Amino acid sequence: MAQLVASRRPGRGIPSAPELAALSVAGLLLFFAAWYGVAASGWVPSRFLPGPQVIAEMIDRLAQQPYAGYTIQVHTLASLKRFALGFGLAAALGVPLGLLMGWYRWLDDLVTPLFEAVRFVAPIAWVPFAALWFGTGIGGPILIIFSGAFPPCVINAYRGARQVDKVLVEAAQTLGAGGLRAIGEVLVPAALPSIVAGLRVSAGLGWQSLIGAELIVVSSGVGYLMVQGQTSLQTPIVMSAMVAIGVIGFVIDVALRALERAVRRSWGDQG
Amino acid sequence: MAASVRSASATGRSSAVSSSATRATRDAKRLGGQRRAVLALAAIVPLLILWYVLTSVTHTVSPGRFPSPHDVYQAALQISHGNGYAGGTMSRQVWQSSKLVLMGFAVASGVGVPLGLLMGWSRRAEALINPAFLLLRPIPPLAWIPLAILWFGLGDGAKIFVIWFAAFVPAVINSHTGVRNLDPTLIAAARVHGASPPQIVRHVLIPGALPMIFTGLRLSLQASWTTLVAAELVGAILGLGHVLIVASLDIYPGMILYAMIWVGIMGAAMTKALGVVEKRVIPWRS
Repeated sequence: MAQLVASRRPGRGIPSAPELAALSVAGLLLFFAAWYGVAASGWVPSRFLPGPQVIAEMIDRLAQQPYAGYTIQVHTLASLKRFALGFGLAAALGVPLGLLMGWYRWLDDLVTPLFEAVRFVAPIAWVPFAALWFGTGIGGPILIIFSGAFPPCVINAYRGARQVDKVLVEAAQTLGAGGLRAIGEVLVPAALPSIVAGLRVSAGLGWQSLIGAELIVVSSGVGYLMVQGQTSLQTPIVMSAMVAIGVIGFVIDVALRALERAVRRSWGDQG
Repeated sequence: MAASVRSASATGRSSAVSSSATRATRDAKRLGGQRRAVLALAAIVPLLILWYVLTSVTHTVSPGRFPSPHDVYQAALQISHGNGYAGGTMSRQVWQSSKLVLMGFAVASGVGVPLGLLMGWSRRAEALINPAFLLLRPIPPLAWIPLAILWFGLGDGAKIFVIWFAAFVPAVINSHTGVRNLDPTLIAAARVHGASPPQIVRHVLIPGALPMIFTGLRLSLQASWTTLVAAELVGAILGLGHVLIVASLDIYPGMILYAMIWVGIMGAAMTKALGVVEKRVIPWRS
């Protein structure tokens, strides 16, 4: 048996772990070397493609001197605040709506056609109305984040609720649980893995929608920093802001992935 | 996210052999379909009536905030005739946007799907490419717009570049997953029967990964559309996003809503078209 297993592992076709690790490091080095090389070679004017070291210096400078009104930390905080509000609102409304749609057939039948009618309108297309209705301060961007983050919350809560074992629901009802109690004690726990998976998708879309909103209508935040950098032809500033956006997007994703894993571990693999 | 809410209970297709039991369920489903259509009308028609009453009869909603049906009709008339609005008629604007989306999408999936397949096939290629890919992935496609404008200006090149980023990531990830999720026994069986690597790729790998590839393409297409509209909002001389931003600056709610309706129609049409292609290419996936 041991021989059988061992005999499957080696061979030319299947690379070893150290080799793969070396290749990963090589891939990363290659990426930065190519970037540095192209920037240093002068093929591309350095104002279009500054090297990685220029970006690192620029991030350091933006952290100390305000640009477009604030330092990069303050811009980032402004973006995060909008994101938290918009995403929180989308989750607080979307998840209960999805659960109720999974629970009450009539609500499903009423809401689904409306939902389908607006689903294909890209979230970013709400920018003009968002600006018209709520202004460009905090309300407008929140509406745009909301329109990006809301659909995955609803859809995943709905799917989670539909996948719940009917027997569980009937058992709860036989034992005397009313509508609300059955929802709280059976439906929500059973749908939780699916809900959390939806929240992760939703956070990604919300973050991306926020950047779009900030590019167009807002006067603080990392997106605004980027636009200011672009209009004054400061490529290093644009790329520094991209790094900040990427890092925050990554942190948000990692946090929700951790939450997803924690939920899956304690609830079993149902989603 | 891509699939519709309804997809779980899509209407059943009649099978060739229909016993009385399946006929009964089919009838029930058809009745369910009729019930759904009635309820859909029950949801949408009152909303349309409410829209008309609030904007045109009671004037509760001011025309500067939300357009009346008549405003939208006027906007539609204006943009359909003569010079149109914001640089062209609606058909030109829609054509401009769809052309760019299809071009960017084609380039991105043409590169992304093979790359994903390669990364799924060879652990070495995966190890080499993945780190750089993981580094770029968290940057949302919309964040590339300012850089694209700096590099390529306001023309078509910048849009295609940004769409490329938007569509590339889902295409790669899903093709990669599609290959990774293949039953290794299938590949081993093909190899034992003497299939060469190109044959394995052609007859085992690609057909097996196709469902996931299409899932990726659907996500890619939606991302392309969102990104293009955003890119046109930020800077363009023609296209649906450009209509939206000009109407927004003009405070012209009728035109904003009309352009949004077209954004929705084109988004839906492209997704449906891809669904048709998918049915043709993988008929075995119901």
